Amino acid sequence: MGLREYVLRRVFQLVLTLWAFITVLFVLFRAVPGDPTTRFLMDYPDPAIRDARIEELGLDQPLYVQYFEYITALTRGDFGDSTYYNRPVSELIFPLFLNTVVLMFTALLIAYTIGVLFGAAMGWFRGSRFERGGIVATLVARSSPEFWIGIILIWIFVFQLGLLPRAGIGGYGGTLTMNLADRYLNVDFLRHLILPALTGAIFYMATPALLMRNTMLEVLKADFIEMKKAEGLPERTVLYKHAARNSVLPLVTVVAIATGAAMGGSVIIETVFNWPGIGREMVDSVTRNDYPMAMATFFFMGTAVIVMNFVADMAYLYLDPRVSYE
Amino acid sequence: MSLETPSDTTEQQVDAVDSRGIRWRRRINALRSWAGAVKEDRLGQIGLLILAVFVFVGIFARPIEVSIGPAYVTLQPFSLAPYEPSARPADGFHGPTWSHPLGTTSLGRDVLSQLLAATRVTLIVGSVAAFMAVFIGANVGIVSAYFGGWVDDILMRITDVIYGIPFLPFAIALVFILGASLTNVIIAIVLILWRGTARVVRSQVLSHKQRPYVESARAIGASHGRIMYVQIMPNVLPLISLYAAFAVAWAVIAEASLSFLGLGPPGMISWGEMIYDVRTEGALREAWWWAFPPGICIMLFVMSVFFIGRSLEKVVNPELRHTAN
Repeated sequence: MGLREYVLRRVFQLVLTLWAFITVLFVLFRAVPGDPTTRFLMDYPDPAIRDARIEELGLDQPLYVQYFEYITALTRGDFGDSTYYNRPVSELIFPLFLNTVVLMFTALLIAYTIGVLFGAAMGWFRGSRFERGGIVATLVARSSPEFWIGIILIWIFVFQLGLLPRAGIGGYGGTLTMNLADRYLNVDFLRHLILPALTGAIFYMATPALLMRNTMLEVLKADFIEMKKAEGLPERTVLYKHAARNSVLPLVTVVAIATGAAMGGSVIIETVFNWPGIGREMVDSVTRNDYPMAMATFFFMGTAVIVMNFVADMAYLYLDPRVSYE
Repeated sequence: MSLETPSDTTEQQVDAVDSRGIRWRRRINALRSWAGAVKEDRLGQIGLLILAVFVFVGIFARPIEVSIGPAYVTLQPFSLAPYEPSARPADGFHGPTWSHPLGTTSLGRDVLSQLLAATRVTLIVGSVAAFMAVFIGANVGIVSAYFGGWVDDILMRITDVIYGIPFLPFAIALVFILGASLTNVIIAIVLILWRGTARVVRSQVLSHKQRPYVESARAIGASHGRIMYVQIMPNVLPLISLYAAFAVAWAVIAEASLSFLGLGPPGMISWGEMIYDVRTEGALREAWWWAFPPGICIMLFVMSVFFIGRSLEKVVNPELRHTAN
């Protein structure tokens, strides 16, 4: 199979997966007990108004028509109106999505920078007390659910030391109407960002650290490392310039997959820190029976995972031409 | 990746002719190499020890009563927990005292008793969810790889779709839709968790499918089911058990997270739910004795499973044994 055919096939698979995911979403939220007018009914008990509402939402149509309309609406970026905010979901969701992306990007940046350096050092000093301690530390960090890491950090930095804010996104109360520069580029926002980003960073750090250590062990066995050492290069140069650089490759795909997966993890972190992102909104909208909003948040998280998995495959293809297109 | 030395092809061929004694010897050898790996691995031992303590507490924390028809049978009469977890022996919030070593909750319940009782919930969710997820995953992987063709295509496309679903959000949505109960929490976890095992087992079985022992088994007319489950399965079993260990860890983290969000099984105290209670009461600032023990328990439990998983990894991937530690 040629390269072009492989890419085409993978793109086709991407579309197929997205379609299947959207279908799962549709079925899942159709299975919700009570129909979407239940909440509306509490305010307007008149059956005539209810019927009008059902017609307006298209719920009197057969299921396959509803399904078709739902998919066409999605392709237009139309997620319906939030029943809680009484506004179009598409207007509400993008600022939330952006907040999540900023948080998760920061967390992953810290996690992968420190994780890679730490993992490289663990591989380099193999068999040492440092390596053993490092492995235990990463496993311990990995063993704590995100909410538990977050709670410890809050207890230390907020309640004991009083250094950082407890929750939220900034002194503006997290209003979403500000322009981006006002929202993100100020000290207050950064102070709010530290704890949630650190929570994510601690949780996600184990993967790059352990993986980096393992590939380092492989690379260090290679002949060219011995050669570099024999050339009389300083150890530090051999470690970071030659060994580590060659070990980092497999991590690129992991970064992409982790980025997608982190969208799911944001649910917990955002709830702990009251961060106004799609993760917290998902939990809130689910408990509020705001199905259009819940579906949209779920749609965004799922799409992020699917697209990042695709990016991972493509990145791997680009980085390692030896890969066979099975 | 088999457990034996590479020179066992003849043994495996004999095995295809169904020599029971040799097969048993293989199994005993497998167990022995496993025990050997754990014996060398300090972290694995610590993991086993911690897990053993949790299992002990899980069994003996509260009495176990089973209703058989109209009668109640008490399987386990002891109670390590000093109080009924939902009883209110105190009048409210108190720090640690001699009668309440970990203090009391805002409702005057004994924190230590809740902590001990919650161990069983974690054990049940962790083991049942992991077993079901790995059972489904292993079967999908074996069937997919063994038959190939359209069977493989369909099963693997389904696996791909599951890979596109974010774990925790899906579990939240599902538990919310189905209703919060122990069974539904487990179902939600299992529905996603099988995907990892399926992929890895498939790739392993693909390599085993080509080996001489499978061919010779086929030559003497063994059925598909027999080749899959009697010939191939034992060889991927170490890998499956490694994934089972990780599945336990993920299931426990997922259950704790769901409970932390208030979606845990109602009427059942779990560690995650204890922290949820602390948070909704706004008691984190002062009541460290209430918030910290359940978090530490979750951490220790998951850690013990990871440690055990690491020593299993050395059995599955013997190359790791030659590297340091």
